[in-house]
Amino acid sequence: MSQRAFFRWLWRQLTSMKNALILLFLLAIASIPGSYFPQRVTNPLRVNQWITDSPTLGPILDSLGLFDVFGSPWYSAVYILLFISLIGCVLPRLRVHWRAMRSQPPAAPKNLSRLGGSTFEVEGEPEAVIENARALLKKDRWRTVVGQDSDGGHWVAAEKGYLRETGNLVFHYSIILILIGVAIGGLFGWAGNVIVREGEGFSNTLTQYDAWGGGRLSSAESLPEFSFTLESFNVEFERSNAQAGAPRLFEANMVVDRPGEQGGATHLVQVNEPLVIESAKVFLVGHGYAPHMIVRDSKGEVVLDDAVVFLPQDGNFTSTGVIKVPDADPPLGFRGLFLPTSAVDKIGGPHSIFPAPDDVSVFLGAWKGDLGLDTGVPQSIYTLNVDDMTQLGLESLRVGQTWQLPDGSGSIEFTGYERWASFQIASDPGKELVLIAAILAIVGLSLSLFIQRRRVWVKVGRVPEPGSPSRVKVEVAGIAKASGHNATEQVGQIVESLKGKTS
Amino acid sequence: MDFIDSVQLADVSNKFVYVSMVTLFLATLFFSMSFAAGRRRESQFQVAGERVLVESGGSQVRGTPVEVTQLETGRRAANIGMSLTWLAAGMLLVGVVLRGIWAGRVPWGNMYEFSITSALGILVVFLVWSTQRDLRWLGLFITIPTLLTLGMAVTVLYSEGAELVPALKSYWLVIHVLAAIIGGAAFTVSAATAGLSLISDKGWFSQLPSREKLEGLTHRIISFAFPIWTFAVVAGAIWAENAWGRYWGWDPKETWAFIVWVIFAAYLHARSTAGWKHQKASVIALIGWLAFLINYFGVNIFITGLHSYAGT
Repeated sequence: MSQRAFFRWLWRQLTSMKNALILLFLLAIASIPGSYFPQRVTNPLRVNQWITDSPTLGPILDSLGLFDVFGSPWYSAVYILLFISLIGCVLPRLRVHWRAMRSQPPAAPKNLSRLGGSTFEVEGEPEAVIENARALLKKDRWRTVVGQDSDGGHWVAAEKGYLRETGNLVFHYSIILILIGVAIGGLFGWAGNVIVREGEGFSNTLTQYDAWGGGRLSSAESLPEFSFTLESFNVEFERSNAQAGAPRLFEANMVVDRPGEQGGATHLVQVNEPLVIESAKVFLVGHGYAPHMIVRDSKGEVVLDDAVVFLPQDGNFTSTGVIKVPDADPPLGFRGLFLPTSAVDKIGGPHSIFPAPDDVSVFLGAWKGDLGLDTGVPQSIYTLNVDDMTQLGLESLRVGQTWQLPDGSGSIEFTGYERWASFQIASDPGKELVLIAAILAIVGLSLSLFIQRRRVWVKVGRVPEPGSPSRVKVEVAGIAKASGHNATEQVGQIVESLKGKTS
Repeated sequence: MDFIDSVQLADVSNKFVYVSMVTLFLATLFFSMSFAAGRRRESQFQVAGERVLVESGGSQVRGTPVEVTQLETGRRAANIGMSLTWLAAGMLLVGVVLRGIWAGRVPWGNMYEFSITSALGILVVFLVWSTQRDLRWLGLFITIPTLLTLGMAVTVLYSEGAELVPALKSYWLVIHVLAAIIGGAAFTVSAATAGLSLISDKGWFSQLPSREKLEGLTHRIISFAFPIWTFAVVAGAIWAENAWGRYWGWDPKETWAFIVWVIFAAYLHARSTAGWKHQKASVIALIGWLAFLINYFGVNIFITGLHSYAGT
């Protein structure tokens, strides 16, 4: 096989309907692991947990890309091949359809009766009957053409339903547009997360984010300039028996400053109601508690006086967090549990039984020694590395209580708590294109599924009968292009109106 | 509305759902009787002993007297089954509407409500379609899945929750979920016709319409369902953009909605591919429906994701 022939063969394979089908199947099957295994894009913490829990299987699955299915090479391969197949299919069809749109319906077949249809006789001249038929068809928005057979018979050919293929093409081109929109969003879009405590502020620069990710062509300079303060955060939970603990309301009161605006404007940000600032949207995505602690070291110096963000672990806001005090003498570290409504049982240990702060307590474990912060390896603020530390003990505290650490290492006082809200701030410049393309896709799809392409022919010939010279024989027949459909109804209507009009 | 009243309203709604289930069960019995009385298609034209010609509802039935009597019984049973199905749908409609009034919102705020409304959706799609063509033969294969859906709803999925979590408080709940319900109901009807097309030449099932006819019907109903499903997915994406800050995030529910979409897209392509038009296409339609079930039950119950709040 020559190289040229090989590529031609390859192209034909790629664009064949059968292989498009197989690629669609592969796409469906390849998506399944993405719903079963936790994905880095949606839940990186659970991915790490999974790998920690299964140290042998985890790394293998990870190297196969099962925790990043939708960005994996094999997934990309499937959809890229599918799109090549799609483009290879719809490009030539565009040309074919363009020609079809501008062409006349084909002449009536010699033997109309083979298509079924209906034959009858009426009074009239052939030309007049044909004109009649044509007018009727045109009124019903058929594209028509008239002609004459070699044996002198007159016919009109009509076709309808060109929009079916138009819709089909619009749908498939819209799918390509959606992919382009997704790609634009992926390249130029960005998203970041930040936790803000009540009373605290945020200004939109890279360093203020807890996590930030941008596309290859996005940059820190593209962040719109604004800042906000979380004035207060309101939350309510269901208290009646059914669905007790389910969230009923959460809303963030924010004062927003943006360039060119005097003073700050107050905004209420809720779930489903993001704040729009230029190209960016600020979404409220979560909330939690930040217990306020005062830590004194062995010399009695206050080394920490702050609210520390704890992350909720369950629906009742049993929250975990870490307090690091590297500047204390000796350096201190705490792992803690914050319980808005405290309960302790033998199996579950300390946990919260309701998300609202009805019976607040913290459970703390204290360590002293090297926190490992100077090794240069970046550490999460939510984990405490106790490899080089000695445990001092465990204690539970209520608001206002102080724990004197053993060996005179210092003390920790639990003075209260604040709420925090987490925000996702995102910009996706491709989303408008995706939306428009998606709407076009639905319109195109509906046209291509609901419109039927049909052809009908009306043929008129003189009846060779000497007695009645103005009597003609009319044949009407039609076909539908799609299988499972026919033109019986349309033929019937035309027959009815022709009979009605001429008799 | 005061508390006692509202509790009673939920109760009344439940009773309508139960009575509707009983009615549907009776409809199933009558459809089964009709099915049992059915004969092989060909037998109607068999020359066997003494033949009679019976005029019945405009159509002529030929066969032996015994066969004709049986066919008549079957037809009558099917007619009763259809009437009972209409009645069951009416009562279920009342149950669903009362549930919505009780909750003060659309009656699809949790899995129980989604299920009873979906059951209603299946019946409505079937009954509306049955006004356009004779679908009495399909009744049995509609009432059984509907009964199963309702059974699941009242036993394992029942929930007294009326209020919604904040994430669900959006008009997109009306649009997105309603489209998913209608699309899913139509997919369920298509699964019945697709499944039957695979066994339509075997034993008792040969009384059903021919395989080609069943395949054509499957194609029609999927052509109706697919754009609606597409719309449900797009509406969901618009909502997700508004609530979570991205229109598509490969949440398990989104992933499975996509899988369902891809499989039914494959079905439509198969219908215009030589060698795939018939049995293979029907099998694809059934796989698509299974994926829909996984998306509906499996993802809510077994997989943690952003849609988990839609659980019981």
